[in-house]
Amino acid sequence: MKTTIPSSRSPLAKITQAIARHRVSSVAIALLVLPFIMPYEALAINILVFGLFAMGFNLLFGYMGLLSFGHGAFLGMGGYLTGISIVHFSLPWGLAILIGVLGAALGGLVMGFLAIRTRGIYFSMVTLALGQIIYYIFYKAESLTGGENGLRGVKVDSFSFFGFTVDLLNPITKYYFIFIFVFAAIWFVSRILNSPLGAVMVAIREKRAAACGFNVARTKLLVFILSAGICGLAGSLRALHLSIVPIDSLHYLQSGQAVMMSILGGMGTFFGPFIGAAVMLYLEDVITNFTTHWMLVVGLIFMFFVLFFPQGIWGSILNKLPLSKNSK
Amino acid sequence: MSLSPTTPILEARNLTMNFGRFRALNNVSASFAAGSLTAIIGPNGAGKSTLFNILSGAFPPSSGEIIFNGANITGQQQYEFPRQGISKSFQITNLFKQLSVHENVRVAAQMAVSRFNFLKNAQSYPDPILIANELLQRVNLEKLRNRKAGDLAHGQQRALEIAMALACNPSLLLLDEPTAGMSPEETLVMMDLIRTLATERTVILVEHKMKLIMGLCKRIIVLHHGEFLAEGSPEEIQNNAEVRRVYLGQG
Repeated sequence: MKTTIPSSRSPLAKITQAIARHRVSSVAIALLVLPFIMPYEALAINILVFGLFAMGFNLLFGYMGLLSFGHGAFLGMGGYLTGISIVHFSLPWGLAILIGVLGAALGGLVMGFLAIRTRGIYFSMVTLALGQIIYYIFYKAESLTGGENGLRGVKVDSFSFFGFTVDLLNPITKYYFIFIFVFAAIWFVSRILNSPLGAVMVAIREKRAAACGFNVARTKLLVFILSAGICGLAGSLRALHLSIVPIDSLHYLQSGQAVMMSILGGMGTFFGPFIGAAVMLYLEDVITNFTTHWMLVVGLIFMFFVLFFPQGIWGSILNKLPLSKNSK
Repeated sequence: MSLSPTTPILEARNLTMNFGRFRALNNVSASFAAGSLTAIIGPNGAGKSTLFNILSGAFPPSSGEIIFNGANITGQQQYEFPRQGISKSFQITNLFKQLSVHENVRVAAQMAVSRFNFLKNAQSYPDPILIANELLQRVNLEKLRNRKAGDLAHGQQRALEIAMALACNPSLLLLDEPTAGMSPEETLVMMDLIRTLATERTVILVEHKMKLIMGLCKRIIVLHHGEFLAEGSPEEIQNNAEVRRVYLGQG
């Protein structure tokens, strides 16, 4: 199919198309140089983690059209389960991450099972309510989670890997350590989108799947679980990054942040969530130097995009090009 | 598949559909012989689309039964209908506008792959691709296979609709106004296509254009205000006084 894509005249369009075609390598290259562009590494790690979070969310929202307001719960669950495994059970970090991801996926199974029966605004409300229930469960389980102070002491300072000592106190090492997991997840998401499942997801969004003979409820549940697992991974990595799991990881404001990042970057696009996360977190960082009301400025920018570029930053760039079907 | 014209492939028994207090379909029964080509006509609001939606599983009837190949399939999930061989093309085209023409049919044909590994590329499943190639050839869209479906002309979108409905190789094809909004030339091509399709499978169509039906179908069913009004050959329908009064007389 690649041979028949009409070559467009402008070199810029060619570059964008090439980026879109080799999407996994393109994201990887962009993220590899990211810590050198950003003012400091911690911000780059934040972008990495929240980009992944938004990407997991975008799988459900952008590609399948289900607007969940409960995805903060999976970010939090991934973080807390990883944190609890390390702090209270002294498990190795690899196992702790696995527990975080699987726990979030299991949470996705339960929330998805209850929510996919509803449509539209009711789906959003059910996920919001279930997300808040999870928030309070973790909030009240103070002995395990630290309650409103958050879970402290999620420390993984260094580990040895085939004789090399990986020092996670070095921010740039920590960045690339987290990058490896994020890259694996990006590759995983790209494979899902290229598989027959990816097409069924779009069919569900366009409301024709059942007429083509696909079991809509089962597919929705499967994607909900995958999406929750990816958001859980983001939470696990964030716990390792911050050495603490703040209680607001679970808050619905985090869910809202995933929505904003996806829309700002371009929902239903592969790069959108990372671009959205990068723009929002960078703006937050820059604007807080001048005023504490950074949300006001970000809010205005967000409004500008929703009103004039509803397809988001990456979505609008793609839309200007003659044909960019592989880019989605 | 040998088609005996006497065995009904589909039977609608006493179908009634209420939307709130509005009765869109009232106790309609009809039987469709295997291999037949039948048209359902009626003025706007006669219940044609409601009947089609029930027959294609979009929603279950308030009461009544659908018997397909001798089995009662009333109340089954919508996705079971294509799997059993009932497929419908939509009146308002319902394509994946962002995907290419070929991808549209491929997605619809993907049902042939009942179990797939979601880490494997869709291109590594040959069946849906081959089915899509063949169907695009049938509806004369193979030259446009890489165009975005949303960029096609209206008549081409209707043809793509039908290719997608055919993707599950249905034994019963339901066509909801297949020529709506088409130019006269496009209509002629579509009629030829419908004729060929009807030699391979059972076809039921809803159509507004009277002339088209008269030259195409041997049997016509007339609905009016959600009720069964008449059925018969094109001549019988044209000469039926009641049909003339409610339908033909208007136009």
